Amino acid sequence: MIAGVLGVVLCVVVLVVSGLVALGLTRKPQVAGAVAASGVVLGALLGLWPTVRVLAGGASSEASASWSLPGGTLAVGLDPLTAFFLLPMLVLGAVAAVYGREYLLLFADTRRLGFPFFGFNLLIASMVMVVLARNAVLFLVAWETMAIAAALLVSFEHDRPEALRAGWVYLVVAHLGAMCLFVLFLLFKASAGSFDFAAFAQTPPVGSAAVAVAVLALVGFGSKAGFVPLHVWLPEAHAAAPSHVSAILSGVLLKVGFYGLLRVFQLLGTRADWWGPALVALGISSALVAIVVALYQRDFKRALAYSSIENVGVIAVGLGVSFWAGSRGHPRVSALALAGALMHVWNHAVMKGGMFLVAGSVLHGTGTRDLEQLGGLSRRMPVTAVAMTVGVLALSALPPLNGFVSEWLLYLSLLRLGADGAGPLPLLLVGMLALVAALAALAFVRLYGVVLLGQPRSDVARHAHESSRWMTVPMLVLAGLCVAMAVFPGFVLAALDGVRAQVGGPALFPADQLSLGRLGAFNLALWAVVLLGGRLFLGLVVRRPVTEDDTWGCGYPEPTARMQYGARSFSELASEQVLPAMLGPRVTRVKPVGLFPGAARFSADDRDPLTRRWYEPAFARVAGWLASLAWVQRGVLTAYLTYVFAAVLAALLWVSLRSGGAP
Amino acid sequence: MGFASTLLVIVLLLNFFMLGASRVRAVINGSAMQGVVLGLLAVSVHAHLDLEIVLIALVAGLVKGLLIPRMLMKAMRGGAIRREVEPLVGFMPSLLLCAVTTGGALVFSSTLPLAPQHAGSLLVPTSLATVLAGFLLLITRRKAITQVVGYLVLENGIYVMGLMLLEAMPFLVEVGVLLDLFVAIFVMGIIINHINREFSSLDTSRLTALREE
Amino acid sequence: MIEVLHTLSRLAMVSFLLRLLLHLAIAVSFPPLLLGIIGKVKAFFGGRVGPPVLQPYRDLLRLFRKGFVFSRTTTWVFRAGPVVGLITVALAMVLMPLGSHRAPLAFGGDVLVFAGLLGLGRFFTVAAALDTGSSFEGMGAAREATFSALAEPGLFLGLMVLVRHATGASLDLMLSTEGTARAWEATPGALVMVAVSFFALLLVENSRIPVDDPATHLELTMIHEVMVLDHSGPAFGLIQYGAALKLFVFASLVVNVAFPVTTGNPEADWVLFLGAVVALAMGVGVLESTMARLRLLHVPRLLVASSILSVFGIILGS
Repeated sequence: MIAGVLGVVLCVVVLVVSGLVALGLTRKPQVAGAVAASGVVLGALLGLWPTVRVLAGGASSEASASWSLPGGTLAVGLDPLTAFFLLPMLVLGAVAAVYGREYLLLFADTRRLGFPFFGFNLLIASMVMVVLARNAVLFLVAWETMAIAAALLVSFEHDRPEALRAGWVYLVVAHLGAMCLFVLFLLFKASAGSFDFAAFAQTPPVGSAAVAVAVLALVGFGSKAGFVPLHVWLPEAHAAAPSHVSAILSGVLLKVGFYGLLRVFQLLGTRADWWGPALVALGISSALVAIVVALYQRDFKRALAYSSIENVGVIAVGLGVSFWAGSRGHPRVSALALAGALMHVWNHAVMKGGMFLVAGSVLHGTGTRDLEQLGGLSRRMPVTAVAMTVGVLALSALPPLNGFVSEWLLYLSLLRLGADGAGPLPLLLVGMLALVAALAALAFVRLYGVVLLGQPRSDVARHAHESSRWMTVPMLVLAGLCVAMAVFPGFVLAALDGVRAQVGGPALFPADQLSLGRLGAFNLALWAVVLLGGRLFLGLVVRRPVTEDDTWGCGYPEPTARMQYGARSFSELASEQVLPAMLGPRVTRVKPVGLFPGAARFSADDRDPLTRRWYEPAFARVAGWLASLAWVQRGVLTAYLTYVFAAVLAALLWVSLRSGGAP
Repeated sequence: MGFASTLLVIVLLLNFFMLGASRVRAVINGSAMQGVVLGLLAVSVHAHLDLEIVLIALVAGLVKGLLIPRMLMKAMRGGAIRREVEPLVGFMPSLLLCAVTTGGALVFSSTLPLAPQHAGSLLVPTSLATVLAGFLLLITRRKAITQVVGYLVLENGIYVMGLMLLEAMPFLVEVGVLLDLFVAIFVMGIIINHINREFSSLDTSRLTALREE
Repeated sequence: MIEVLHTLSRLAMVSFLLRLLLHLAIAVSFPPLLLGIIGKVKAFFGGRVGPPVLQPYRDLLRLFRKGFVFSRTTTWVFRAGPVVGLITVALAMVLMPLGSHRAPLAFGGDVLVFAGLLGLGRFFTVAAALDTGSSFEGMGAAREATFSALAEPGLFLGLMVLVRHATGASLDLMLSTEGTARAWEATPGALVMVAVSFFALLLVENSRIPVDDPATHLELTMIHEVMVLDHSGPAFGLIQYGAALKLFVFASLVVNVAFPVTTGNPEADWVLFLGAVVALAMGVGVLESTMARLRLLHVPRLLVASSILSVFGIILGS
């Protein structure tokens, strides 16, 4: 085992090489899948050792080699911040790769699988490279590779227009973000004179340049993390991508945005006062909007994707509260919020990764993501049902699971803030966060009920089948991690200590550490009590006479499965009566009228409300303005070349006039 | 530097030759000549020779002077293309335009803030003039095959600019040479064959059919 | 000397255990009485004699002796619903101080665990309702889940007011008699707001009028009751008992905030506390007898209003 950063570099090499071999074996999908997946597992094992050592308090390490690209050096480094983001990449990457091999092979008859296998390995490798890079040029090369690999994987089912569109939208947003990053690094370069991070940290930009850097980081990295309103790519991409890729996108790729933010904040050195409130505002608005929209989704994976935005928002709120409280002299609050935010990064990777695998298993078993077609799957897919139960409870931030632990830390930080008497505004945040958590529980109990419970709503659901072990075991592994992280939060906290120090946050107070340990014990006890209670109850059921009968239909003799409360009806009260109509689906209905009514119709458009209400009208208007320029589009190649020629001449003229007579 | 200047003047003259030639074959030959001259130029511009520069010169000369022209000739024979150039703009006007752009390039480059060792050299004006001549070829000729030549000439101009940077950034120049290879495969293989197959002619004006309605 | 200390500590141990047992015994046995009291008050207002106050205990006993009827549609989730529902409320009860009597279990931040436990119980109750595949139970589940989502901010905002004058972030310290008494002295207006808001929460969480009508016979208008239509026998007993426990927990919450009085004598404090809880139950009974149910669509307004009260509480209290 190679310790230090070179071990992780070796992991990248293994990932890329195995991916290339798989690409070469396109004609033998079985072999290609095995090579690619074992490459990821091997690479993850190679990378885990140095990563865990750094997280356990081992020394950071760096390496660099010269590179002939202008401004570029092959500088890489492994410090706690890198290791913190590396760990979920490697763990989730390996689990998803094993799952993905089996998942993709289902398409073996209809599609060529060489690229998807290669693309997955490339995606993981480029993400690892992004967090390793210590040079802006290397960082950007890895960043772009990551975006392109992800976009191509998103368009895997390229004969479906929505998949192509999703990949396209993703590319556009990714490049808008990358554009911000180019400017950001140029600003760094302007003050440091080099593209190396080490030089950035020596002489960071100050004054208005520092403000510009922070804003660009919030936009550039924020679009990757999925802050509202830059989130539009996210639900489309997560829904269209193969499920194991969705798991990686949501579990890890979004977090790379946070890596960038934290890295830039660290390089900037001095912390500005406005970062905290800005992050809180971005985070809470993202969380509120996203969880409301998640409640209305009809597509399983889109609902999960919106919940990812919500969780990203929660992480941002945690970071923001930590920064804010740190600058206002509340170290205890700051420590709690930071611990909550960091822990939530890991927790969300595990639980949402697991849930996307569950969604993939359901998609595999039934062939649909449409919630109105599902139902009653817990009988036909028992293992998936268990994994989904754990994932749903964790994502609803309910005890005794890990999602609750990190949100507990966050709420506790706000309670402490209240106890310190910090004025009403931060305290109201508690109310908003509570609303977010409660709506998350509402959204996920809906998902849970509509997918797993009741009666099947369609033939495909009636004839669903459980996935093979290659797919169920990865789901159970992640579900097990959810439980373990809830029961041993102290252990997780200890692993976060290095990052905490690097980000510059205070350590958790001993009293709070004690409480966290107690919470873990309480979670364990809750598991024990619930399992014991369930066992006792089942014992009682066995000893009593049991009658099996139909569900009580309230006097209606012929109920059908279609009369059940479905995905839409479950959220109707919320969408029509309670929550803002602005975020709700657009409903069109034709009611039956008169004695001999005609056909009645009902449809609800659950596309992203911001896309529908802001972006699409805005783009349509721009297209309207541009229509008057349609004559430019001649369809004659030489005409286009003339435009280029004219542009070149104009540029030359401009340059020469500007330097006009200087020599 | 006298030899290099002579070569650069030859490059400029070849631009005029290609714009004035009425036979496709002559245009292709012109570009081949230009390629060979550029290969020599790489060696002559630099005072001391090392392996890298010789290699670049060799590759450039072979690709531009031999490989691509041969492929173009082959495509011409295979595509049953008429030998006339079929200009959109007449020969005399295009020659005049070329004269204007070359003069302009000389004026522009004198105003550019250049490093002292390049200030008096013909490298920069030749580069600009060749780029613009390439553009003229692209714009004023109808056939796909002459357009490919136009692209090659444009690329030659960029290559001349790259020679200036050879010592400072060899990597970029290498990439430029590789790009030439890429163009050879891409432009030849895809564009010509596709136009030929889809429209059973090598006339780019047929591409108008692809316009969005 | 050491001998004496040892004996003393053993004595302290024994008395601690005895007090704990008494605490748990009261917490376990008292709640169904509240249902009986509410029923009696309503019967009085209706001009009837009504069932005896101890009737809920008899009902529970009867249910626990019966067999089960399960729908063919249901799975293990349906069976887990009542069990998890009762366990979570029971554990929430363990975290709740009763008057001046400390909570049996307390740690920093357990107040959030309290909310989480109630959420977990609700999750499984709702899931069990959806598991039957009945449209009526699905309807009740949607209503309960939506309304309780709106109730959540009220609870947390109220807690933010209380934590201001507490010595720690555990439910035990936040609702301790001394803590709330201090808070009443410092910011009485805020505490009134919180008490009212928590009372509204009690009505919502326990499906009382004006939010829900536990006695209605029309499924379409129900919220909570329609969700548990399909449960039978001991499972239904668990649900009924859990409902009683939940009422008691919320009543304790309100009494702890609104009535922080201690005599210094543990036995007298029990009497005082249980008396206050009974009075609250009678208050609920009077409210149910004199008020009509809100239209379903007006319930969200009540919930938002209760949150806004807590917001005012925060502004007044900080």
